[in-house]
Amino acid sequence: MSFFSVTAFSANALRGNRNVPRGNERRMLQCHIQSYTGATSGAAKSGRWAVILYVAMLTISLPAFAGLGEDVSSVQADQAHMQGSLRTTQTQAYTLHEIQAPSGIVVREFVSPTGKVFGVAWQGPWPPDMRQILAGYFGQYQQAAQAQVNSHAGRKPLVIDQPGLVVQSGGHMRSFTGRAYIPEMLPQGVSAEAIR
Amino acid sequence: MRCITTGANRIANRIMVTAAICGGLLFAVACGGSGSSSGGSTVTTTPSNNVLAISVNAGPNGDYANGAFASVTVCVPSTTTCQTIDDVLVDTGSSGLRILSSVLTAALPQQKASDGNAVVECLPFVSGYTWGPVQTADIELSGEKASSVPIQVISGSDFPVPTACANFGSSQDTLSALGANGILGVGTMAQDCGQGCESPSPIYWECPASGCVEAGESLALQVQNPVALFSTDNNGVIIELPAVSGPEATLSGSLIFGIGTQSNNALNGATVYPVDVNGNFITTYNSQQYNQSFIDSGSNGFYFLDSSSTGIPVCSDANYFYCPSTTQNLSASNAGSTGTPSGTVTFSVANADNLFNNSPNDNVFGQLGGPNSLSGFDWGLPFFYGRNVFTAIQGQHTPGGIGPYWAY
Repeated sequence: MSFFSVTAFSANALRGNRNVPRGNERRMLQCHIQSYTGATSGAAKSGRWAVILYVAMLTISLPAFAGLGEDVSSVQADQAHMQGSLRTTQTQAYTLHEIQAPSGIVVREFVSPTGKVFGVAWQGPWPPDMRQILAGYFGQYQQAAQAQVNSHAGRKPLVIDQPGLVVQSGGHMRSFTGRAYIPEMLPQGVSAEAIR
Repeated sequence: MRCITTGANRIANRIMVTAAICGGLLFAVACGGSGSSSGGSTVTTTPSNNVLAISVNAGPNGDYANGAFASVTVCVPSTTTCQTIDDVLVDTGSSGLRILSSVLTAALPQQKASDGNAVVECLPFVSGYTWGPVQTADIELSGEKASSVPIQVISGSDFPVPTACANFGSSQDTLSALGANGILGVGTMAQDCGQGCESPSPIYWECPASGCVEAGESLALQVQNPVALFSTDNNGVIIELPAVSGPEATLSGSLIFGIGTQSNNALNGATVYPVDVNGNFITTYNSQQYNQSFIDSGSNGFYFLDSSSTGIPVCSDANYFYCPSTTQNLSASNAGSTGTPSGTVTFSVANADNLFNNSPNDNVFGQLGGPNSLSGFDWGLPFFYGRNVFTAIQGQHTPGGIGPYWAY
């Protein structure tokens, strides 16, 4: 069936050049597919599949990296990835982009006047896609988290305070909260306390 | 265990149960089973042994600080093929039993979705995740039993970790990362995830041969708090641990099942603090209110705020612990999720480096603390030392009201 071939092709094509989790790709594509289930057979059907594929490709042809340390344009990619609604608030020192996902996860991205995401904060029933919102800092985060687990046995909140990256993450299943920021990218007059 | 007994058997049972509950105080009036007469025969409900021994010790890795461990028996459902697993962490901060596949020898059946595909779970923690299949087991804890309970078998999957699961952070699928052979989640919730996972999420996955996909799971098929599935004493638990004056090697205590169901689990005037739907209540510290605070025997210290908000320095070699130059005697107040009731808690935070360096062979540290995310207080195991803490399960009736709540 074309349904499967389209899904498989898109997912494979995407996996090569984007760091979007596979499960969400499928869900995203399924949304498009569901909205076209009224399609008839034959040429009309394959034409519609082409449109669907095109729309799907457009949806994900946003910046490859999103989140911490990236350009403001990456906020849109995070919004698309979370299938969330976006609310933007302008303050004197920064712009706050708040993305609310249907799952209940809320991600706040703090953007400097120069257009860079200098901090992110989150809360929700489970953590957000950390690779998505930490972008280029995900590897550093992952390594530091593993090091904390290995160095002192005992379950505890996660604290990373390294040159260039601060992460605080706490909570429990159904209620996770945390924040991450790059100290040297904080705009003048903005305290780290603002990122929450 | 609910028994119908008569004559000599009944007396024998009473002696046994009385001995179990009262620790040898035979025939103490307050410790008898409840009985009722109808017609010519007497029907007696004998209480189950509802006390599971717990021990704070170094754990299976030999290096755990403030971990409360217990033995858990799992059986292949409806069989006598059972296995007792030691060194399982007792955790009021989560719900559901999780066992490392490396210590599990009983062949438990895989839980399947309605389409026949295996159900596998990715459970996130603050520093990572555990990945493994949902299997079903009969669970025996002291004299209590829950049948056909969905549990997570950590790292027991042939399926590779999906990207959306790996993106939570680092894997905690090993004994060295977990520090325990498993986690016994006896928290305020009946399932680990709840309604949020009835729709597809990165938590529950169904895995056909072609690979795992995110899937919605009904509440009944999610990993369950086994206590809620007991036939009696199923409305919550108490953790009882003695007070400590300084570091100690081990500490013995009890995990008691049921609240107000037997003579050994009455509230006895403990204050009931209702918990919200996400499992949080309110802690107020330095006039600031933190609405995402919680009590969690599975956290190993007092974790709250950070250095800049508390003024307490973190340790230079371990920034996840506080290292004040002198022990800090602090005070906060806890309140139910709607703001009432409220009560003051005093606690102390000592220099973690000194604690560990001066007591290298100890595992019980009542004054261990560290920073948290800014959203609240995580009242870990030291909070339980010298305090009987009740955890009531959502929707369950107790003499203190309907759960979820904490009482102490």
